[in-house]
Amino acid sequence: MVVNALRRILEALGHRVTKRIWRLGFAARFLFATLLHSGTALKRFHLTIREIYFTGVLSLIIILVSGLFVGMVLGLQGYDTLQRYGSTEALGILVALSLVRELGPVVSALLFASRAGSAITAEIGLMKATEQLSAMEMMAVNPIARVVAPRFWAGVISMPLLAALFSAMGIFGGYLVGVQLIGVDAGSFWSQMQASVDFREDIVNGVIKSFVFGVIVSWIAVFEGYDSDPTAEGVSGATTRTVVTSSLAILFADFILTAFMFRG
Amino acid sequence: MNRATIDLWVGVFVAIGLASLLFLALKVGNLAASSTGETYRLQAEFDNIGGLKVRAPVKSAGVVVGRVADIGFDAESYRAVVAMNIDSRYKFPRDTILTINTSGLLGEQYIGFEVGGDTEMFKDGAMVKKTQSAVVLEKLISQFMFNKAAEDNGGGEKK
Amino acid sequence: MAWPRRAGPALLLESRGQKKQDMDDNPLIRLTDVNFAYDRRPILTGINMVIPRGKVVAIMGLSGCGKTTTLRLIGGQLKPSSGKVEVDGQVVHELDSDGLYELRRRMGMLFQFGALFTDMSVYDNIAFQMREHTDLPEELIHDMVMMKLHAVGLRGAARLMPSELSGGMARRVALARAIALDPMLIMYDEPFAGLDPISLSIVGELIRKLNDALGTSSIVVTHDVQESLKIVDYVYFVSAGKIVAEGTAEQIKHSTEPYVHQFVWGEPDGPVNFHYPTTRPYGEEMLSGPGRKQVWW
Repeated sequence: MVVNALRRILEALGHRVTKRIWRLGFAARFLFATLLHSGTALKRFHLTIREIYFTGVLSLIIILVSGLFVGMVLGLQGYDTLQRYGSTEALGILVALSLVRELGPVVSALLFASRAGSAITAEIGLMKATEQLSAMEMMAVNPIARVVAPRFWAGVISMPLLAALFSAMGIFGGYLVGVQLIGVDAGSFWSQMQASVDFREDIVNGVIKSFVFGVIVSWIAVFEGYDSDPTAEGVSGATTRTVVTSSLAILFADFILTAFMFRG
Repeated sequence: MNRATIDLWVGVFVAIGLASLLFLALKVGNLAASSTGETYRLQAEFDNIGGLKVRAPVKSAGVVVGRVADIGFDAESYRAVVAMNIDSRYKFPRDTILTINTSGLLGEQYIGFEVGGDTEMFKDGAMVKKTQSAVVLEKLISQFMFNKAAEDNGGGEKK
Repeated sequence: MAWPRRAGPALLLESRGQKKQDMDDNPLIRLTDVNFAYDRRPILTGINMVIPRGKVVAIMGLSGCGKTTTLRLIGGQLKPSSGKVEVDGQVVHELDSDGLYELRRRMGMLFQFGALFTDMSVYDNIAFQMREHTDLPEELIHDMVMMKLHAVGLRGAARLMPSELSGGMARRVALARAIALDPMLIMYDEPFAGLDPISLSIVGELIRKLNDALGTSSIVVTHDVQESLKIVDYVYFVSAGKIVAEGTAEQIKHSTEPYVHQFVWGEPDGPVNFHYPTTRPYGEEMLSGPGRKQVWW
């Protein structure tokens, strides 16, 4: 009896694992197909521009506002900690480095996943559920080229820009709180920041991170949409999965990238 | 929404995105400071470089004149070999002494040039002979403690 | 009989390389011994079907009997497990993706609920294929779109979004979209489902008229007997994945075949069983409880 139950647990577990691996393989093949059929998205670039509008421009408000507040909180907390060691002029370094290296790419990617990623999944999922993708296929138009690829590239293009905006806005927020509100010296705020933030080590690495996150989120979003069950339940499940999976993937990838980039 | 409006908004979005990248590069980072101008290379051997890192500044009279390009180890002399890129605008006499200093008590380490009086200048790829190793804080403290203890003991005997 | 070839703007498209067609020796579509199964569940078994050029043919049957699957086989969205699907002399399931896309350009399909692209206006929906497949100037596309919309009587609705259309209007727009590139074959998947009686007869009439005016062939998959019998030339009856009867509209109406009779006259009981087939007798089911297929927790 116990052996039987145990066997069933193992079977269920094994089934789940094989299903995951199977899906991962399918997702990889799907990414390959998307890249292969990207010609249309890049040649007829207005298709991609349209999607940049929906993913990038419509995410602007949430990114800018969150960036500002994250920066302001960093300013407050950073000042509180730094003043114990009498080095409040290092506030600029603290705010800038934490934003450019980590918070900018990661938080904006998380916001992007929940704002734009879920929308992409829902849209593609609904197009599938209402047979629009089938109809497109029957019109001899490849839905991967026409629907998936522009959305994928729009996400990849938007993400680094959004992350840069987030960081810039955050540094401005830190400046507002630190310099304008608390009264840290503006000169040392900026000059210390400039002396310690390295262009290649910090900023370029941050941009690389946000680019990688852009690929991850867009890939997961279009895949979940394309692979969703063509029912209302299926689409809503896929939307949730997009947010959960891409959030976890972002944090995992962030760990890997950080380990590679900032070891020294 | 028609295509022209979308194009306009996307244009605005890309423009401010690139602008903030530029802001990060120039105002926040040191892209402007780290001039990509002409440099020449100097090499120096140190007994101990302490916590010196690649891309650490090279300063003369407190002004950044170059950056550390590479740090290696000479297996024969058991000394650290540091290569530096120095701005071509600045020439230094051949008897210049290189020291590894720390900015502030706990700050980053940099290489300082103490300029000598020689009339001949360093050439590209030259090897600097006169160097002074990093001051290792632990050593300094233990030295200080040791001296202090010796002093106290001596004082005790005198009493 | 001379088949009217399409004329007008369609001539601007690339030449279609169509073979000379004879009468029934060379039908537009021929399905030979087609079997199809999802996983191991058979959907279609031994289907033989011929769709002649220029005719409107209906495939009738109950929901889930494999009608839509047949359309998807013809459109190349599914591959048969065995047998042969030929469209215009080409074996559909042996074409590579380029060949398949080439073939599909000459097919139009009306999906069950229209499947209009919800992010585009009516105009853009119909212009979609013209823009994707041709390099025609926008003025010409405008004229073609308006011609198609005029044909379905919705020229005034060009600027509306699909969400602003009624069900019947959406179906007509989808119809205009299906004929956008003057296809040689139009497939209708349940064109009458969920329509009010007026829209129903409008759509029915349009199917017949467009078929004759454009000289295309049409396949209508439906379970709406009364409406479709008014417009079609020939009918195939499908039940449980097999063709159980076929004939002209007249023959079908007066058929004495029990299944066809039940279907045409909509009788609740007859050869079509009320119960989904099961191997367990009802009494046993009631006595034995949920059985051992249950999950352990």
